[in-house]
Amino acid sequence: MRRVLRKLAEDRAAMLGLALIVLLVLAAIFAPWLSTHPGDVAEFHTARRLSPPGPENWLGTDRMGSDIYSRLLFGARITITIAVTAITIAVIIGVPIGLVAGYYEGLGSDLLMRVSDIFLAVPQIVLAIAIAQTLGPSIENVILALSATYWPFWARLVYAETRSIKNEPFVEAAIALGCSPLRVMVLHILPSISSSIIVRTTIGMGGTILTAATLGFLGLGPPPPTPEWGRTIAESREFLPMAWWYAAFPGLAIFMVVMGFNLLGDGLRDVLDPRLRRAGQHGK
Amino acid sequence: MKTLVLIVNRLIWFFPTVLGLLAIVFFISHVIPADPAAFVAGENATPETIAAIRARLGLDQPLHIQFVRYIEAILEGDMGRSIFTGRPVAEDLMSRLPATLELTLVTIVVASLIGIPLGVVSALKRNSWLDHALRVVTIAGLAIASFWFAILLQLLFSMRLGITPLSGRIEGWGPEPITGFYVIDALILWDMEILWDALHHMILPVATLALPAAATIVRFTRAGVLNALESNYVLYETAMGYPRRLVIWKYVLRNALIGTVTQIGLIFGILLAGAVVVEAVFDWPGLGLFAVNAILSSDYNAVMGFTLIAGTMFIVVNLVVDILQGMIDPRETR
Amino acid sequence: MASELISVRNLRVSFGSDAGTAKVLDGVDLAIRAGEIRGLVGESGCGKTTLARAILGILPRNSARIESGEIRFGGRDLLTLPESALASEVRGREIVYIPQDPSTAFNPVFTIGTQIDDLMRFKSPLLRGGADDRQGFFNSYPRERRAADRARVLELLRLVQLPNPEAVLRKYPHEVSGGQRQRLMIAMALLPEPKLVIADEPTTALDVTVQAQILKLLKQLARERGVAVLFTTHDLGAAYEICDRITVMYAGQEVEEAPVDGFFERPSHPYTRKLLDSLPSSEAGIRGIAGEIPRLIDPPPGCRFHPRCERATGICRTERPPPEAVDALHSVRCHHRLSATEPAS
Repeated sequence: MRRVLRKLAEDRAAMLGLALIVLLVLAAIFAPWLSTHPGDVAEFHTARRLSPPGPENWLGTDRMGSDIYSRLLFGARITITIAVTAITIAVIIGVPIGLVAGYYEGLGSDLLMRVSDIFLAVPQIVLAIAIAQTLGPSIENVILALSATYWPFWARLVYAETRSIKNEPFVEAAIALGCSPLRVMVLHILPSISSSIIVRTTIGMGGTILTAATLGFLGLGPPPPTPEWGRTIAESREFLPMAWWYAAFPGLAIFMVVMGFNLLGDGLRDVLDPRLRRAGQHGK
Repeated sequence: MKTLVLIVNRLIWFFPTVLGLLAIVFFISHVIPADPAAFVAGENATPETIAAIRARLGLDQPLHIQFVRYIEAILEGDMGRSIFTGRPVAEDLMSRLPATLELTLVTIVVASLIGIPLGVVSALKRNSWLDHALRVVTIAGLAIASFWFAILLQLLFSMRLGITPLSGRIEGWGPEPITGFYVIDALILWDMEILWDALHHMILPVATLALPAAATIVRFTRAGVLNALESNYVLYETAMGYPRRLVIWKYVLRNALIGTVTQIGLIFGILLAGAVVVEAVFDWPGLGLFAVNAILSSDYNAVMGFTLIAGTMFIVVNLVVDILQGMIDPRETR
Repeated sequence: MASELISVRNLRVSFGSDAGTAKVLDGVDLAIRAGEIRGLVGESGCGKTTLARAILGILPRNSARIESGEIRFGGRDLLTLPESALASEVRGREIVYIPQDPSTAFNPVFTIGTQIDDLMRFKSPLLRGGADDRQGFFNSYPRERRAADRARVLELLRLVQLPNPEAVLRKYPHEVSGGQRQRLMIAMALLPEPKLVIADEPTTALDVTVQAQILKLLKQLARERGVAVLFTTHDLGAAYEICDRITVMYAGQEVEEAPVDGFFERPSHPYTRKLLDSLPSSEAGIRGIAGEIPRLIDPPPGCRFHPRCERATGICRTERPPPEAVDALHSVRCHHRLSATEPAS
């Protein structure tokens, strides 16, 4: 574990990713204190509408005259809430399904995997749109739509990994020693596939944030005046090209956060996934 | 013969998958909402309309009968009427299909032409500054929200510089559709003006969509080439003094591309998903724009129709890619 | 010696890794005469494969480093030859390669015929001294030469006893058996009419029943054509079958070189003796060699075998023994070599 952390610490790109994620988390937690106009999530100052970046409004104001910088900070809270909750639910659904289907062979397992294959057979955003449209725009529904479309990724991954290590000596030994299936799955199989799950989850965070922002952009996210980043960009379109800051900064925020998770995930995969580590070793 | 077995094999899975997709869409549209009829009817419907729809859809019947009826309707091409256009959804979708297909196909070609050579070079010059730069660019390419990137391109090239059209597929009405693909139609009519205009309108949408697609292709090609470079056959070919260029551009590339082809199905999914927002930003009159308008006007039948057709297209493309891969990879014998 | 085809002198190769630098070859000498079949034996990890690849010039460029030495071949030092010259003039022409595992050495997505065609296009003996003796992707492959090459290919495929050669050329590598793949590898090695074949454990990946046939075939064809072979193996039985002389390697150094009879009858290095003793025989059963192969990152100084050797004294710990002649063709590097009369331990 320490070796993994040290190797990760040497990967500058991964560290940059981690820094971006930490920045997001800090921004979300301390939004009320960091923001210059904490009230602007709900308050309007029509006199200052669409002012360019300056000393009063660091990143400019939107069509209501609200401070974009402050709204971005509060938007980070929404992004984190959506991504973390949706991914957690997806992992909680997907991992047990993958474990059970991978551990037991039979019709039930095949059926479970066929179902997750069908979910994977449709682009996530398309399904999420259908679900979010049916449920109506709100944070909870975005989370529901995302977790309902993303769980098969974990089910598929855990299924494949469980299948491949089920016949390893240490698992067979545990079974031979009379450990209950639940015990074998949770205490023996799960720990040894956890690194793949961690990598997948990190990269999945980036993808989920992008999809959530897209739903927001399409008007399927939390309704206004929520300072959701995707919706903010959608609002800004009427005021281009004049109010470029209106569109530029929320997009930059999305980009930095997703980049953060992707960089960290990439670095984690290099360090954790032994099958990819062979790159760089030669001969015998 | 081998190919036939392969196709039959893949087709066996095709129908259950489409049926599963239908089940999911049915579940979303008929089971989740408290009153599906109200959804279908739209916001301003009178109680009478809603009642009529309820009776027509058989919503008072048990679920399994509703499902069978739903599938029967879909098989007859009946996806209901769009409250936005007032026409049958299936008709609307079909008329918009060529625009989306043209956009995605051109994007795949462009992304491959850029992505494959860059992936090969990145692998050959591994750990060089170019490789590191490409790593950052590809990760960034997959981290940019496509609707934002589209808006930035519009802002710079259309609004500030004025060198590309702001939106649309063509100036005016476009040619009388023959195939519906403007580039092909323009070539059939041999009208260079239309051709140029169509291509000109394509630049920004294709650039937007090609960024994540090319990034994915670069990453997979790089991994495939690295894998091949470390293989025993490259060691053997090197040991026997096969010219380096032959080894790389013939022997390594073919192996790496078999893996890349598999990814095209995945990339098509990215593109289809990306098309929804990119078409919305560029007013590209395809399926995506149709879907976005449907969302904005709560046009329920249209959204479900889009989900169904997008899902089916994705499944079909994956089927084709699967068969294609089986045909180009001689080891595939299943 | 005038008839030396290739001579490796004082070759040192190290591999860099996270854990440190491994001295995989440490001052290796090896000379092979024209037409000779030479066995290179030792436990796995002793550097046989590294030596074979060093001669071919195909060590991994980013991890392997050649510290010193020379490889003289045809009046040139292969180590100082530029890669382009090595690839076009030496590899696949003068020196060829038979790999360990024929099932992965063929490119899986091209037919056998395509791979042999490309070999002949660039390495055919008909090219020698010809005007188009250059390498390039777009080189033409004149029709007459192609036809002549094709005839040679079919002839050689018949010589390596492949049934129905025309059909084999149309097949993909996975469609023929392991033994047939290795026959093809032998044919491909001999097609350019080389002077030296480097066969790196060519039978390890094969069934025991096929091994003997392949070895016999390799020996017979090499003899008929007067081609020298460097045959690496950890199978002493196989070495006995086909070699004229045998070189024993231990932990990156060659320790003994002897004609095949002398090797088996009068081993002079304690390690060779132990290697022979470890062979399963009816009286003794299988005996391992006590101790472990040393770590090459921090190898023992002097004679690398001394930690495992009962005869070791102070000098063995500090100085690597120089080669000493046992007789005209037999030499050994040991401060305390075994005499011919000594009984087996």
